[in-house]
Amino acid sequence: MCLGIPGQIIEITDAEKKLAIVDVSGVKRPINIACIVNEEHDVESCVGDWVLVHVGFAMSRIDEAEAKKTLDLLIELGEAQAEIMAMQNSGLR
Amino acid sequence: MKYVDEFRDPDKAKMLISEIIAITDRLEVTEKHPLQLMEFCGGHTHTIFRYGIEQMLPKSIELVHGPGCPVCVLPMGRVDDCVALAERPNVIFTTFGDAMRVPGSKKSLLQAKADGADIRMVYSPLDCLELARKNPDKEVIFFALGFETTMPSTALTVLQAEQDGINNFSLFCNHITTVPTIKAILDSPDMKIDGFLAPGHVCMVVGERPFDFVAENYNKPLVVTGFEPLDILQSIWMLLKQLDEKRNVVENQYARIVPAEGNAPGMDALSKVFELREFFEWRGLGSIDHSGVQMRTEYANFDAEQKFSVPNLKIADPKSCQCGEVLKGVIRPWECKVFGTQCNPETPMGALMVSTEGACAAYYNFGNLDELLGKREKKAQQQKVANA
Ligand code: SF4
Repeated sequence: MCLGIPGQIIEITDAEKKLAIVDVSGVKRPINIACIVNEEHDVESCVGDWVLVHVGFAMSRIDEAEAKKTLDLLIELGEAQAEIMAMQNSGLR
Repeated sequence: MKYVDEFRDPDKAKMLISEIIAITDRLEVTEKHPLQLMEFCGGHTHTIFRYGIEQMLPKSIELVHGPGCPVCVLPMGRVDDCVALAERPNVIFTTFGDAMRVPGSKKSLLQAKADGADIRMVYSPLDCLELARKNPDKEVIFFALGFETTMPSTALTVLQAEQDGINNFSLFCNHITTVPTIKAILDSPDMKIDGFLAPGHVCMVVGERPFDFVAENYNKPLVVTGFEPLDILQSIWMLLKQLDEKRNVVENQYARIVPAEGNAPGMDALSKVFELREFFEWRGLGSIDHSGVQMRTEYANFDAEQKFSVPNLKIADPKSCQCGEVLKGVIRPWECKVFGTQCNPETPMGALMVSTEGACAAYYNFGNLDELLGKREKKAQQQKVANA
């Protein structure tokens, strides 16, 4: 119940009630987008947004920059590890 | 799908595990006295079992599965209340699927439905408004449950109903709150938790700050955690790093979804509609102060508890069932006397065996049943010898 699923907003159906259509892996469903609308981001500008959908509500916009940061950190960690491995395995011993 | 596969990459998982092993070696913990990290949320428990994360970790790290499965912690009496509401004449009772098979003292909602009550599963509380519109001569009651994650959605549904002038819709409100519950766990003498994986989707609503007290007052590290396998592994690694560096702070691993300040429109809606209850009764944990919410009197018309009366009886769990001890982490699910035998997903005795987020169902579905039952047998034998 608490997991939610990512989807993309494709259409606003009722701007006043903040209702939209979301596409989740090809399945389309009406959702409420009240939680992702604010002064800087009005209803109309939500089209195209990737959001986390939760029991029929868009609960958060997926922050691409933050996702990349997390993934980059993991890649860096992997590179550091490869280097340490190379150091340990180098022909010195 | 956006950022799902990326967080399931086995190569990155392997790398995180070797980092985790390296720090654990430095920390000098042993299998006998392991580090105990608690994942509070049932969604995390589910990922941990589904991907076999426990088996990948060194034995000196123990994951303690917390009480964050909203269906699992409902006392039996609340299920009875649901059945009583559902069996009223002219009622359409609606619920998320998870709750259908949870046993009450006499029957589950599924059995009540078989007996003729009009009970329907819905995907979203918003679906109830549609049902209410289509059935003006019926009262549509929604079984509202869940932590802060689901509160904005029910609150917004109530506000929508009010705006649309729908007056045959109400909530049976069983929402519960996270912070007082984590406090109760930290204050409990039989629990020794070294660090917390905090529930990512609760934080998506309430933000990071409500959890500062874990670091500041209890000196424990806490990491706001996402729900893919790499999210969990990375958060465990972040917790270990804090422990290694002797730091206790709140960190956010799940920043792609969780803004530090939470979700303002969601918080507005929930504080408009709900207020804290003085206390709420939890299965296994007893009564915890301020751990539930009720509807404000302004919204009494949408409150099934105020509109109709519910029996609200305290019902003790069956004797052989040990859900309470499992929820507190005192015993592991397979150690319960009826695990896998009298209690199984087909004929569950407790909610922990029903919900996909329940620890018993997770062990049953993703563990090796014969091995677990063998372990239980062996433990019982040892106990017999010790008692003799
Ligand atoms: S095995 Fe069944 S009765 Fe025992 S703790 Fe789990 S859900 Fe409860």
